[in-house]
Amino acid sequence: MADLFYILAVVTVLGALALVLVPNPVYCALSLVGSFFAMAGIFILLNQEFVAAIEVLIYAGAIMVLFLFVIMLLNLRSGAPFVVRWSLRNVLGVAIVLGILSQLVAVFSAPAAKLGPPGGYPPERLAKEGAVQVVGDLLFTRYVLPFEVISVLLMVAVMGAVLLAKRPSSGEDAAAESAGGNPGQARERP
Amino acid sequence: MIPVAHILTLSAVLFTLGVAGVVIRRNAIIVFMCVELMLNAVNLAFVGFAYGMQSMTGVVVVFFVFVVAAAEAVVGLAIMLQMFRNRATLNLDEINLLKW
Repeated sequence: MADLFYILAVVTVLGALALVLVPNPVYCALSLVGSFFAMAGIFILLNQEFVAAIEVLIYAGAIMVLFLFVIMLLNLRSGAPFVVRWSLRNVLGVAIVLGILSQLVAVFSAPAAKLGPPGGYPPERLAKEGAVQVVGDLLFTRYVLPFEVISVLLMVAVMGAVLLAKRPSSGEDAAAESAGGNPGQARERP
Repeated sequence: MIPVAHILTLSAVLFTLGVAGVVIRRNAIIVFMCVELMLNAVNLAFVGFAYGMQSMTGVVVVFFVFVVAAAEAVVGLAIMLQMFRNRATLNLDEINLLKW
């Protein structure tokens, strides 16, 4: 089982690397989907079928399809402008990022790092009750207030997305409509 | 039993790759996907801690992170569509004005 974890970890990291390095946004999205699937496998190894299921359903299914829709809708000219180059900015960025990584790994693997006392959900109980039931119980009892608040957040997000993506319809920005109507010949840049 | 430190290290590596993508890439959509990757790395850390501590609180938090990520993706992509309509580019170096 631990071997499987390391295989899936390598797949996840490779997908993430491809996301960072591949120029074409469509390939980036697909590699990220592969990374998410491997991560769902890791969640199953950690006894969390519920998280694995919503990872595949929401992330790999819904969110990444949304990304792909937008990428294809916008018809980006991939290639030259988006190839990763070794500019000074990128070298500095990589240096800073390596600093962050060393800090995180140092904290996570410090010998003094100890977990607290075990909680009330050992793997046997999870296997008996099922992770879905346990999460549902917690969501509707102890965490019911955050659950309701997050539903409001979701509704606000949907309304905001509709408002933002709507084309201007009234006469106040007929000019914007004509400019925005076909992105191919939008206003020239400064 | 998988060591919790290894799960957390994987999470740290993924988070770092996400940060690297945000810093290096100039395509707004790819930067956005890197943010999603960072959110997922945090989810992995939460689940790793829940696994190590035999607790379920981390899993509930992961649920909330999923919802926030979905909301963020929806609003962000709508903003990007508008941006592309107005500027016909998604290169972050060219999008440097708040008002156009």
